[in-house]
Amino acid sequence: MNLELDQEHELVRQTVREFAEQRIAPVAEELDREARFPYDLVRELAELGLMGMTIPEEYGGGGADTVSYAIAVEELTRIDSSVAITVAAHHSLGTLPIYYYGTEEQRREWLPDLASGRRLAAFGLTEPGAGSDAGNTRTTAELRDGSWVINGSKLFITNAGTDLTACVTITARTGDGEVSNIVVPNGTPGYGISEPMHKLGWRASDTRELSFEDCAVPEANLLGPRGEGFKQFLEILDGGRISVAAMGVGLAQGAYDLAYAYAKEREQFGQPIARFQAVQFALADMATEIEAGRALVYKAAWLKDQGRPFAREAAMAKLYTGLLSNRAANASLQIHGGYGFMDESPISRLYRDQKILEIGEGTNEVQRMVIARHLGL
Amino acid sequence: MKVAVCVKQVPEGTKRIDPGTKRLDRSGEGALNSFDAHAVEEALRIRDAAGGGEVVLVSMGPAKAADALRKALAMGADRAVLVTDDAAAGADLVGTSRVLAAVLEREAPELVLFGQQAADADGAVLWSAVAERLRRPVISQVAELTVADGTARGKRQTEFGYDVIEAPLPAVVAVSDAINEPRYPSLKGIMGAKSKPQETLVLSDLGVEAGAKTEVLALADPPPRGETRKLEDDGNAAAQIVEFLDERRLL
Ligand SMILES: Cc1cc2nc3c(=O)[nH]c(=O)nc-3n(C[C@H](O)[C@H](O)[C@@H](O)COP(=O)(O)OP(=O)(O)OC[C@H]3O[C@@H](n4cnc5c(N)ncnc54)[C@H](O)[C@@H]3O)c2cc1C
Ligand SMILES: Cc1cc2nc3c(=O)[nH]c(=O)nc-3n(C[C@H](O)[C@H](O)[C@H](O)COP(=O)(O)OP(=O)(O)OC[C@H]3O[C@@H](n4cnc5c(N)ncnc54)[C@H](O)[C@@H]3O)c2cc1C
Repeated sequence: MNLELDQEHELVRQTVREFAEQRIAPVAEELDREARFPYDLVRELAELGLMGMTIPEEYGGGGADTVSYAIAVEELTRIDSSVAITVAAHHSLGTLPIYYYGTEEQRREWLPDLASGRRLAAFGLTEPGAGSDAGNTRTTAELRDGSWVINGSKLFITNAGTDLTACVTITARTGDGEVSNIVVPNGTPGYGISEPMHKLGWRASDTRELSFEDCAVPEANLLGPRGEGFKQFLEILDGGRISVAAMGVGLAQGAYDLAYAYAKEREQFGQPIARFQAVQFALADMATEIEAGRALVYKAAWLKDQGRPFAREAAMAKLYTGLLSNRAANASLQIHGGYGFMDESPISRLYRDQKILEIGEGTNEVQRMVIARHLGL
Repeated sequence: MKVAVCVKQVPEGTKRIDPGTKRLDRSGEGALNSFDAHAVEEALRIRDAAGGGEVVLVSMGPAKAADALRKALAMGADRAVLVTDDAAAGADLVGTSRVLAAVLEREAPELVLFGQQAADADGAVLWSAVAERLRRPVISQVAELTVADGTARGKRQTEFGYDVIEAPLPAVVAVSDAINEPRYPSLKGIMGAKSKPQETLVLSDLGVEAGAKTEVLALADPPPRGETRKLEDDGNAAAQIVEFLDERRLL
């Protein structure tokens, strides 16, 4: 048994932590307040090779393992969730489907720009009537004269409408009881993208509603074999859960670090509030749960890197860290008292950014359904 | 252009002196000394501007100082030499400079860069001792460096303006943190660092001794500061400061 991270992992953590503290922390509050997409940070992250971490180098990616990627996402979220989800959605939802299921030609066409982070990609699964029941896709794609003609809509799609976005991969009904994934380039006639949606958290990340009206893309934009879409998106979500679970650990760690510093500095009744046992116990619980959550996330990531089944652990990690980050954000804000409720204190942003971790890429309930299925129930 | 950079791993966070050995406690996490990150960055720029060459890292420290070297390798340095030997623990200025100079003699770089000072011991002296041993000119506190036509030209900020100092190569230069903004290691750099040559030497490989001729006899906290007064700025803090200084005839 060896629980030691590699030196590369440590260096990834150190580098991303420094980057997040020095480059992201000073602007996070403003980006959130103005709901402004972090273009400059994305450019810098791309230069560091952090937008396409696990894509092989031959396609312009970093060739890193999933553990490194989870560490990077964790460290970004420790400082700011909007930036972290921009990276995670681009990597795990936008880019990986093309790497996993694309033909060599499709990979060569899309991956160099996406894996290097010059352009962004999105994944459109959710629809107004298909959320947890993601297989209930109503969007249709009909093959006509060598083109897929798409009609329907998608909802809450991350990274779909930025100036850098190259494409969205959508699930569509391509026949009776048949779902397939199709790549739709931005700018295709008939593909409409709403204004950015207004949100409680993740305010600097890009979330859009998409509409397709007789939107025609080449037949060759089909990803993998026709009718494989359902299986494909389940696989994509299994992997995506590792990144959202890493976000849960990172957010909890960020909340803990803020509470720890504040508790040592804030004095009431003539002493730092960290001297009060109630505050100490809250911090002790947080630290313990973070340790447990991190172990679960790294295990899921490690299993994936070993090429072993990881879906069960990924769902467990996502569920656990969703709940953990909720408790941690809540306890941290409590320790901050009224100051924590003010917009200028980072914990208020972390508190708002937390809730979606229990909803996106499968709600807590959906994780429990997945876990129950793995338990043979 | 071959550039050597002397880098030190320093304890992270607040420094602690071990009361038993009266040495710095190096048991916790270590980090690349921040001034040295500026020196590495400068070396990389000089190498790249010269269209090639080599950046060699030179360090003396415990075995885990290799972590700090790995960060500098991930930034883009080409290889590293670490001298690690129990007999070198607690080395003083004279001992450390002897070891570093011995490695540098062997490497024979055209330019040796140092950070201005180490964040742990804060000596800000080592570069002058090493330059003396190598019999090379030294420019310290350099905030801007140009290397061309066999000379190094350093600009150093002073209280009254700038000094511009020129020295023929080979030379030793200690850089200030104003000289550049060190890059973050890229993922590619991080992944590639492990496969770069990293040589570990013991003192006998160099045929030198490093032991300390000085002995730290006692360490004590600085005496408490006398009377202090905290001013809240209610609009006339400046006037209050002037008054405070004037009362003490400090103006
Ligand atoms: C409390 C205390 C008191 C001390 N008092 C004395 C004393 O009175 N006399 C004495 O001789 N020594 C003393 N020392 C030891 C002395 O500080 C170091 O041994 C000596 O190497 C000077 O290094 P520095 O860390 O001060 O480096 P600085 O001179 O501050 O370092 C300048 C640059 O030199 C390079 N560098 C420094 N150390 C290394 C290294 N190990 N490997 C590679 N590059 C390096 C880096 O580029 C660094 O930025 C003392 C140390 C301590 C902790
Ligand atoms: C900011 C943001 C970004 C997003 N980004 C993307 C993206 O990039 N791509 C994408 O495709 N989607 C994205 N989504 C959509 C997200 O994945 C869905 O919101 C999520 O899957 C839940 O679907 P829903 O919102 O329709 O909720 P519903 O499915 O309507 O769920 C409502 C409630 O009912 C519960 N529920 C539903 N079914 C069951 C059941 N069988 N048993 C017990 N409880 C049940 C749910 O757990 C939940 O509590 C994003 C969402 C948000 C908010």
